[in-house]
Amino acid sequence: MSLLHYLVLSPFILAIFIPFLYKWFRNVHTGWFILPLPVILFGYLLTFVTTGQGMDVVMETVPWVPSLGINFTVYLDGLSLLFALLITGIGALVVLYSIFYIANKKDEPLNNFYVYLLMFMGAMLGVVLTDNLIVVYVFWELTSLASSLLIAYWFHKEKSRYGAQKSMLITVSGGFAMLAGFSLLYVITGTFSIQGIIEQSAQVISSPLAVPAMLLVLAGAFTKSAQFPFHIWLPDAMEAPTPVSAYLHSATMVKAGIYLVARFTPVFGGMPEWFWIVSAAGIITLTWGSISAVRQKDLKGILAFSTVSQLGLIMSLLGLGSAALYFDAADEGQFYTFAVMAAVFHLINHATFKGGLFMAVGIIDHETGTRDIRKLGGLMSVMPITFTISLIGLASMAGLPPFNGFLSKEMFFTGVLDATELPIFNMQTFGLVFPVLAWIASIFTFLYCLIMLMKTFFGKYQPEKLEKEAHEAPIGMLISPIILISLVVIIGFFPNILAYTIIEPVMNSILPGFEFEPNIYHWHGLNTEIFMTVGVILFGSLLFLNLNRWQETYFFLRERDPLNQVYDKGLDGLITSAQGITNIQMTGLLRDYFAYMSIFMVGSLIVTMFWFDAFTFDVDFGMMGSVTPYAVIIVVLLAVVSLSLPFIQHRVSAIAVLGVVGFLIALLFVNFRAPDLALTQLLVETVMVVLFLLCFYFLPELKKEDFKPKFRWLNLVIAISVGLTVSLIGVSTLAMSQTDGYESISMYFIENTYELTGGENMVNMILDDFRALDTILEVLVLGIAALGVVALIKMRFKGGEDV
Amino acid sequence: MKTNYLMLHTITRIVALIILSFSVYLFFAGHYTPGGGFIGGLMFSCGLLLLYLSFDLSKIQTVLPIDFEKVIAIGLLIGIGTGLNSMLFGDPFLTMYFDYFSIWPFGEVALTTTTPFAIAIFLVVVGVALLTILTIAGDEA
Repeated sequence: MSLLHYLVLSPFILAIFIPFLYKWFRNVHTGWFILPLPVILFGYLLTFVTTGQGMDVVMETVPWVPSLGINFTVYLDGLSLLFALLITGIGALVVLYSIFYIANKKDEPLNNFYVYLLMFMGAMLGVVLTDNLIVVYVFWELTSLASSLLIAYWFHKEKSRYGAQKSMLITVSGGFAMLAGFSLLYVITGTFSIQGIIEQSAQVISSPLAVPAMLLVLAGAFTKSAQFPFHIWLPDAMEAPTPVSAYLHSATMVKAGIYLVARFTPVFGGMPEWFWIVSAAGIITLTWGSISAVRQKDLKGILAFSTVSQLGLIMSLLGLGSAALYFDAADEGQFYTFAVMAAVFHLINHATFKGGLFMAVGIIDHETGTRDIRKLGGLMSVMPITFTISLIGLASMAGLPPFNGFLSKEMFFTGVLDATELPIFNMQTFGLVFPVLAWIASIFTFLYCLIMLMKTFFGKYQPEKLEKEAHEAPIGMLISPIILISLVVIIGFFPNILAYTIIEPVMNSILPGFEFEPNIYHWHGLNTEIFMTVGVILFGSLLFLNLNRWQETYFFLRERDPLNQVYDKGLDGLITSAQGITNIQMTGLLRDYFAYMSIFMVGSLIVTMFWFDAFTFDVDFGMMGSVTPYAVIIVVLLAVVSLSLPFIQHRVSAIAVLGVVGFLIALLFVNFRAPDLALTQLLVETVMVVLFLLCFYFLPELKKEDFKPKFRWLNLVIAISVGLTVSLIGVSTLAMSQTDGYESISMYFIENTYELTGGENMVNMILDDFRALDTILEVLVLGIAALGVVALIKMRFKGGEDV
Repeated sequence: MKTNYLMLHTITRIVALIILSFSVYLFFAGHYTPGGGFIGGLMFSCGLLLLYLSFDLSKIQTVLPIDFEKVIAIGLLIGIGTGLNSMLFGDPFLTMYFDYFSIWPFGEVALTTTTPFAIAIFLVVVGVALLTILTIAGDEA
């Protein structure tokens, strides 16, 4: 394990101690214990930042399941470094901010909050720093889980639970698709290592599975990064506490999809499908998000849709830039890399200004008690510092000089304009759509920034509409946004400090083999981009002045995204259909369940056996050992006892007789010299009899039941077919082992158990050592089953209530 | 009428002691002879069950205030911990180690990481068996 491994695991390790720290130091805000971790990690990661000559790539491997090619490999290159810096850097600021945002009160479960936050931080670091696809997937789903726990932090609010469920359903199902995509990539390349796959990218592209694999991987990326039409979870996720929104939805989680697309650009880039899907999804998301943001009345709602649209912007730039890979590096590919650079630069800028804006909105919410722009107004003189923060952040987001957002937006315009000149993929025909949509989206971006600013800070101050008397936030809450906003200004004035330290290494990982000159200038001369910006400001202001006239239209009156209806209907349909199926299948009669299970088992077994032509009855009786008289006696007894079962009317005696069957089987095990099995069987039987008796204590007396004759015949048929199938399979197995000469696996264990494990009890060593993974998972299932029993019995609804 | 289960109680006390100690024996015997975490755990639950059956549920709960949900959780954590332990040394998940040590006064003994793993199984089995049975038995409705 290298230091980087511990870096990924450190949040999880710290999380274990949080409940204790929370309990023992009740007077200290738990956040103070967390804060050092991201600061230290950030500092450590900074040591990897180089000042030119490209950075050294670090790769360290710890085997996890090496037999399946799954290894915990840490891989640190420019791209992962950038994301890791964002995660830890903004993470530190968010933790600091949250200490002041979430009060240290009795009813606030701070321990839960920080455990989830650490879990999330560790999972994000895992996603960006690991090279193995399966490990990436594990951490990926962990981020979904942790984020939905964070969104539902105030779980007593119904909206929080709704938002958490929605984000989980959408991102986790995207994750499943992604896992399928990863598996396809494994099928194509034979490795789970991302770098290994990148090396074989030519093979991937030429494979017939390339397009399905790409679509599935993109499904994961698009759901996570809230791309159209999966973006609907992000606005609902705004029910989370604001520090969480600032962290998850501006800097980290939603960027995981961007990371994935960037990471896979060397694999799929240059494929026309990839180019079109990524850039089209991006540009549509950008436009739709910016238009939807204008409809919002909630400050966080505006920011949510703005995040959606900005993510679309980055996504479309990554898509457009991937065209570079269509050419060779020496060829004219150089020309098309500009879009990727714009994407990387905007990614950094977005994290800074959006993080600062979220925190500013959190302050407004915290100090006034509302985020509704219809109630707010005139806060400029009351909250001057927050006003300054918001002003700079919004100006940067709207793309106004001299802030960093202006620079990346100009680069974005250049990127889409360059795209129209692409001589590939039919770009001449559709190319013009990109700059036009980009321009429209920018107008709306400018407009919602203006709305946010004017409605919150200008106009009339109406204290009677606010829940609290508004005043400036405490200094602790202001530190984090001030740092972020200073970054906005610093990057705006000196963008080239990032050029060779951050951007170039990132570009090298996204587009390997190209050379870059990441110089960013403020003034490009009087080109098309500048005129587009001027147009954005003009049209944006014009629309703002006539706000009342067109905002009364039906489309703009509805705050919620119409796509939500699809989701809600779908969820309802899922529940109704699930209930329908359950009602057919769950009759509440044990014998029905047994009938279903038996029919299914018999059916699948027979079909499989016929399919593989596995029924053989060619048994050589000479090769079989002799049967002891004990075995014969036990088997006869077993048959007699089993046959007597159906005729027993009393429940307790039925259980006792069933117990006898179990004990006889244990005897049979003894006869075949399997003392372990016999012992287990005896004990299980004892516990089961007790359990049955307990259950039956609560049941009414067994009644003589009237079966219809038809039903009785059906039961007979099922019983006979089960017995017959099992016997036939037994005989066939025996015959096959005799003729095909399959070697029994037991010889391996007999020979190696003592050598490899030091134990002599083979059964136990298989359980504890050779197949320990099976054992631990079985035990896990047992535990879940027991918790299920508890949940069903202790937490059921009282009276006639149904779920 | 108040019944007095003197015989039952006396015998239970003795038998439970025997069963419980036998289950511990079984647990450690598992390395070389029949036994092990699963069987030991089942035997242990049987012993405890006997106590619960002959004495009152609440009485045992005051003597042995065990939260079996936690027992399951601790067991699972130990099991996963044993697996992760090997990753610290750069081996795959759930690699087991063993070696021989001479420890006074036992002489040379084999120590192996399968033992904590077996303890994990033991705890989960005990927890699951008793949690299930006690929940059903303790149900009011």
